[in-house]
Amino acid sequence: MSASASHGRAAAVIARAEHVIKGPIWGCRMCGQCVLHSTGLTCPMTCPKTLRNGPCGGVRADGTCEVKPEMRCVWLKAYERSEKLPLWRGHFDDLRPPVDNRLQGTSAWVNLITGRDRETPAGWADANP
Amino acid sequence: MPTLERKLDAKQFVVTAEMPVIDGGGQADVLRHLEPMRPFVDAYNATDNPSAHAHVSPLAVSIGLANAGAEPIMQLACRDRNRLALEAELMGAAMHGIENISCMTGDDVSAGNEPEARSVFDLDSLQLLQVARVLERGHYLSGRAIEPAGAGGAGGPHFFLGAVENPGAPPYEYRVRRAAKKALAGARFLQLQICYRPELLERFLRAAHDTGLTERLAMLPSICILRTVGGIRFVATKVPGVDVPAHIVKRVEQAKDAEQECEEIAYEQAMHALSQPGVAGLHFISFRKDAGIAKLCTRLKIPGGRDSNERESNGDSASVAV
Repeated sequence: MSASASHGRAAAVIARAEHVIKGPIWGCRMCGQCVLHSTGLTCPMTCPKTLRNGPCGGVRADGTCEVKPEMRCVWLKAYERSEKLPLWRGHFDDLRPPVDNRLQGTSAWVNLITGRDRETPAGWADANP
Repeated sequence: MPTLERKLDAKQFVVTAEMPVIDGGGQADVLRHLEPMRPFVDAYNATDNPSAHAHVSPLAVSIGLANAGAEPIMQLACRDRNRLALEAELMGAAMHGIENISCMTGDDVSAGNEPEARSVFDLDSLQLLQVARVLERGHYLSGRAIEPAGAGGAGGPHFFLGAVENPGAPPYEYRVRRAAKKALAGARFLQLQICYRPELLERFLRAAHDTGLTERLAMLPSICILRTVGGIRFVATKVPGVDVPAHIVKRVEQAKDAEQECEEIAYEQAMHALSQPGVAGLHFISFRKDAGIAKLCTRLKIPGGRDSNERESNGDSASVAV
């Protein structure tokens, strides 16, 4: 077996383990670029609009979601939880970059270690002079 | 530089208005809708499939407005386009000299009449603002240079970026922080969602003013002019994120003349908004077929003559007495 094949297999095993743990707790969608620490440990990919930067203007007065009225707004939960977190609270207002759709289904743990989850398109970093 | 940017920079009071949607009526419809409100309005929003219903695209309507000598604000929502299409639309706007862009998430397709459609949301409104700024820096999101580069070596096109925010949607206390985040991402004007709860609008504007945000981000509260009981019921039940208290709906239902009551509500809404700190102007949304905006502006003593060039060159600032 080649080195890259064995690396690929190990990454797949880690991804499965990650899904087993993060799925039931956070409803993890395996976007492969986890930002839970900055969103009050609430997965933004469970927002029906998959928003990464806060609640849309459609949140209902009772706090439920515009798209799924039976569900509490994901970002409302994220905000409330983030306010209670002893750590990372300041990261809530971070401008999170667009999702890299190629990472869907891969392990965010592996991507964190390799730094792959922080790679952004070449133009993105240059937005702010 | 577009006049909206110049006026807001000069702290002039501005009026923006939603252009009614265009379907089969073409440019004649653009002109017909413009005519009655023209003296009062500085710039017009070309909406992007509002309430998730398909209509003529915002870029096409913006071009139609520009051809009619009116200043467009092109809305761009994240619902129907991925990042490539959004970049293309922004560059298309730049090609036609359309610089005012209002970036928004967009209502979900479930709010519209084609709920079976795929929602895109490849970017969110904050990321869209940032992407517009990337283009201004002279390259696409990929890093590929925009060629040939613009005049003066600036590289990319110039945009006057705006966004929307809803003071009436939870989490209320967070909305100002979100607005500040939009300012950081490049927004310079903010059109606020229709708000039938004055205490929430007040809370938002007070916080925005006290934190100095209104200095960097021009606040334009929306005033909604309705006409019928059906209209207020529609806004109360079908427009995402707009909470209409029962007493407001009742007022219209029990009124002898629903149309007049709707006008009264809009007038009260406008007077309240104008009494708040840090308000740079008003944004009007009218569901009436007649000259509802012109009538209300006259009653609010907002000076007309905005379509007159002489007034422009005289530098007569359109301050409003409140």
